[in-house]
Amino acid sequence: MKHYTIAAALASVALLSATAACGSGGSTASGGSSSAPGGGQSSSSGSSAPAGYDPAHAGGTLHLVANAAAGSLDPQVNYTLQYWQLYQASYDGLLAFTKTAGDASFTVVPDLATAMPTVSDGGKTYTFQLHSGIKFSNGQPVTTKDVVASFERIFKVSSPTAGTFYVGIVGATACLAKPATCDLSKGIVADDAANTVTIHLTAADPEFPYKLAVPHASILPADTPGKDMGTTPIPGTGAYYFASDDPNRQLTMKRNPYFKVWSVAAEPQGYPDEIIQTFGLTVEDEVTAVENGQADWVYDPLPADRLGEIGTKYESQAHVNTLTAMFYAPMNVNIAPFNNPKARQAVNWAIDRSAMVKIYGGTNLAAPACTFLPPDFPGHVDFCDYTAGGGATWTAPDLAKAKQLVQESGTAGQTVGVVVQSDDVNKQLGEYLQSVLNQIGYKAVLKPISPNIQFTYIQNTKNKVQISISSWYQDYPAASDFLHVLLSCASFHPGSDTSINISGFCDKPIDTQMDAALTSEQTSMTQANTMWGQVDKAVMAQAPTAPLFTPKLIDFTSSRIKHYEFSKQFYMLVDQLWVK
Amino acid sequence: MTATSTVTTPSALAPARGPWRTALADLARDRTAIASFAILMLIVVVCLLAPVYAHYIAHTDPFQSNVSGTTVVNGKTVPVLAPTTSGLGLGVTPIGPTGDVHHYFLGADSQGRDVMARLLYGGRNSLLIGLSSALICCVAAALLGVIAGYFGGVVDTILNWFFDVIWAFPVYLLAISLSVVLLTNGLRLGPLSVQAGSLWLPILIIAAVYVPYVARPVRGQVLALRGREFIQASIGIGGSDVRILRRDVLPNIAPMVLVFLPLMAAINMLTEAALSFLSVGVQPPAASWGTIINDGLGLLYTRPTVAIAPGLMVVITAVTLNLLGDSVRSALDPKARLRGAA
Repeated sequence: MKHYTIAAALASVALLSATAACGSGGSTASGGSSSAPGGGQSSSSGSSAPAGYDPAHAGGTLHLVANAAAGSLDPQVNYTLQYWQLYQASYDGLLAFTKTAGDASFTVVPDLATAMPTVSDGGKTYTFQLHSGIKFSNGQPVTTKDVVASFERIFKVSSPTAGTFYVGIVGATACLAKPATCDLSKGIVADDAANTVTIHLTAADPEFPYKLAVPHASILPADTPGKDMGTTPIPGTGAYYFASDDPNRQLTMKRNPYFKVWSVAAEPQGYPDEIIQTFGLTVEDEVTAVENGQADWVYDPLPADRLGEIGTKYESQAHVNTLTAMFYAPMNVNIAPFNNPKARQAVNWAIDRSAMVKIYGGTNLAAPACTFLPPDFPGHVDFCDYTAGGGATWTAPDLAKAKQLVQESGTAGQTVGVVVQSDDVNKQLGEYLQSVLNQIGYKAVLKPISPNIQFTYIQNTKNKVQISISSWYQDYPAASDFLHVLLSCASFHPGSDTSINISGFCDKPIDTQMDAALTSEQTSMTQANTMWGQVDKAVMAQAPTAPLFTPKLIDFTSSRIKHYEFSKQFYMLVDQLWVK
Repeated sequence: MTATSTVTTPSALAPARGPWRTALADLARDRTAIASFAILMLIVVVCLLAPVYAHYIAHTDPFQSNVSGTTVVNGKTVPVLAPTTSGLGLGVTPIGPTGDVHHYFLGADSQGRDVMARLLYGGRNSLLIGLSSALICCVAAALLGVIAGYFGGVVDTILNWFFDVIWAFPVYLLAISLSVVLLTNGLRLGPLSVQAGSLWLPILIIAAVYVPYVARPVRGQVLALRGREFIQASIGIGGSDVRILRRDVLPNIAPMVLVFLPLMAAINMLTEAALSFLSVGVQPPAASWGTIINDGLGLLYTRPTVAIAPGLMVVITAVTLNLLGDSVRSALDPKARLRGAA
């Protein structure tokens, strides 16, 4: 998922949990038992006062601040952490990642389903029993019809992951070709009487439970229009509902009057009565607001000149977390100058990753990256094709080699637009990249764009973006979530705002390698991860992107905030914060 | 013996001075004007010497990032961007003012660039944009104002509509809107082609948005002139429009336009600073005082010099231009001189 704030690659913890998760997934597919990646168990029974919930701390208004809104509020369209964090408390899928702190947050558990699905037909059929009595925030009950309609809507709204996560559903290929008339009646079979839903896949997919646990697979009312709803809130089943969204001012979430806890692990009761996210302040002002207790949390990357102050004077309010994430510079492989592999390799040779790390906040907040898969992520192999002097990890840039490659490519002197988000940190990163491009022989022009639209802007081929800076935070702990989602042919949709393959990279041999790795996941996750490592090497040889660094995340909260919990899957659990 | 002598007045002895020489003499006696002009010239000269400072004194490239670089302070080699070592060890801080002209005299910005060198280069751009746009604006405004006032009729109506349309927009909003569009796509207007990122874009945009502010009073002056006897006489004896405009109208509106020039330069320089501060003026890595203030915005807490230094330069230059403008107006306006004499 796309993210704007500070975050980092989680190393061993992610690997351990992911390996465990995927391992169980592998056995699930062939077994026909009711398990899945993440090893989820049956949900706990619902109750209005779940164990562990402390009603004494319920109430109050949680005030979040962000520089800008994050685009569409539609959970099947939006692909940013800024809103995905909020969706955790407002929308549910058939499955969910456990809303808890630590490694357990990678575990997939039943959500609107009463239990983990029964997997049969060699991993190609998933059968879910739905909970009874769950209602949307508009009072409508959740039915099997809503489930079918929601999956069809993923294609109707051209969800960013429609072509990667859900294309394996029977009938999905036709839906991708003709979204408006998407019909998944053969792929998703509802049984109203039994209150079950059966999903048929064209091939076994051990990662499928993960894909059902992300917001794009949220179950929405069947009568939700099959178009991007923009700022119009869609009713959900979570503890909160979106009451209003004004992208120029404020987003408001209120308690869902129809919500009753049915699974503490999947959708716990929240603490604040109201959650608001205010837009428009500069990040400097956001930090000051939190320091003064006028706001409770800063979403955006913290400004460089405040980090020292935050890390010393407000040490107890700064929560530094390691993550599985990456900052990278996608290069458009379909237009000049980066349609020339040598030009792309030159950029990789030229970038001083340690400079990028410094701009981001120093070595305690980021580490140089050389591979597409973050360190210690499933499939990651230590190698570095673009470091001076060689070696398995990045040590220094090689400007001479970069300049030579630019000359050899015949692209020297060309104008290159660098599209970045206009917030302080990203703009600084962009300015540095611009300087590097100028040094190696290009005429670089910096184009800062509001964070509200930059992510979709750089995806659309119509905008002819040559190079940009973006970041990627795992949707779930599997190598495919980086390599297949970001660089496969299936993720490239020319002319669309939801073409997450920003580079437009579509290399048939590498795509075949990815497919083989995905297939291999059905039998051996270890072998599959080895194959993903080889894919990573093949990708970096083509250099469609320049990995920059793996970031860490600082959550800076106000002094009144208590009960801070950090999910490694979706980061700070917003609705679990105590404001009183 | 009585002697008689003829008393001659100085005015009778010296040839009569023209209005321009009189104005120049007045300016030469005006201490404020001299001081303002001297300060302005000092700023201009120092800014023109930016390459000398950067290449031969500071030995730095103010347009290249130097994030991983080092410098020398008190004989010790230190990183240009120093990491925080206390507390959680978060963040890096650019080196502050060293007072050493050879090594980051005013410190570094977030990209590790020498602020002093960028300040001088930025001054070149700010002054160039301020003065050029003022010149273009005044020339264009004079031309349009004269045409509207002299020819009247449909021409006057159309030009007035044009001025009204531009005036209908808040000037900064119009400038920002034009900048946002043109900075992305560049400007292509017939044979005129300006690339995105060129300094000509802010120059032309700023000049364009202020045209009505000068053209309106010029038009009014020409309207008044047109009814005067000497113009009517010229028309009566069959003088061509071009001759009347050249010989009778332009000399009479020139003082007004000259008075506007320094004032518009100050206003335009402030507008440039505002646009660049909002990232829609001069584009990085080029510098102007506005862009440096923007760069310093993120360092206000740790390195305020980065924002304060260019801010001071903007203030000083704008004040000197305004004072100079006032003096020029006093010198060129006979009524003002009479008031002063009274």
